[in-house]
Amino acid sequence: MKSIAILQFPGTNCDLDTKYAFEKLGCKTQIVWHKETTLPKDIDLVVIAGGFSYGDYLRAGAIAKFSPIMRAVIEYADRGGKVLGICNGFQILTEVGLLEGALKRNVNLHFISKFQTLKVINNNNDFLKKCQKDEILNIPIAHADGNYYINDSGYKKLEENGQILLQYSNRRGEREIVNGSVNSIAGICNKNRNVFGLMPHPERAIESILGSSDGVKMLEGLIA
Amino acid sequence: MRAIVNIFLKEGVLDPQGKAIHHALDAMNFEGVEDVRMGKQIVLKLSTTSKEKALEEVEKMAQEILANTVIEDYTIEIVE
Repeated sequence: MKSIAILQFPGTNCDLDTKYAFEKLGCKTQIVWHKETTLPKDIDLVVIAGGFSYGDYLRAGAIAKFSPIMRAVIEYADRGGKVLGICNGFQILTEVGLLEGALKRNVNLHFISKFQTLKVINNNNDFLKKCQKDEILNIPIAHADGNYYINDSGYKKLEENGQILLQYSNRRGEREIVNGSVNSIAGICNKNRNVFGLMPHPERAIESILGSSDGVKMLEGLIA
Repeated sequence: MRAIVNIFLKEGVLDPQGKAIHHALDAMNFEGVEDVRMGKQIVLKLSTTSKEKALEEVEKMAQEILANTVIEDYTIEIVE
């Protein structure tokens, strides 16, 4: 049975959804408070769940990056451990430097909360290996600061290394401008392909009765 | 001694809040506004009396937490 650590900061609000999702997929989960200095032993994945850590004060994720647990997460990732950051988790991972780029205020300044179709750009990684390349997934988004920015040279590197994983698109797979992200990027990974970040919420798309179960194959890839 | 840190999005990084303010000013018929950039100001009250030491410390703070240098530039002003 796979064991998942789910981080909880003051203001995290997707920790229990994430716990529910991974337990439904047959995993053991542990919620880890941000003041902890070490991660639980023998875990297979760390998830930084969504929400508003420290009320998004200063910048989304800016204060959370100095929480004691983040030092342990950086060491874990440096040793090759798998880390997934969802929404606020993605923002924290860019602030802490485990992922390139930054997330800015949405271009229309709105908090956007809706189901959104995404295109799989690269499935040659643990996160999306159960998805097909160019597959269209229907996953909820809910964010005010999801406007992914990276400069031109950084973007080229992402592209060359196959780090661009997901793109906002319509149902036909054509790129769609949702929040102003560079080339409509919705999710990326690091060069070593063990740290993953995305704004959409796969943990909210695991039961078709609630609109979509496309999140299952995303999360399953990480525990397969 | 106080340090005033001004933080703005880098030139070339689209500033959606500045744009919205610009639109509002246009709608209110204020003329001659060519561009609007919105930033934030952080004012620190410091115990040190050395200007150099203050600048050095605040520079570190700006680099490490106050600004995200991927998208933001900052200026530091030390006032007695």
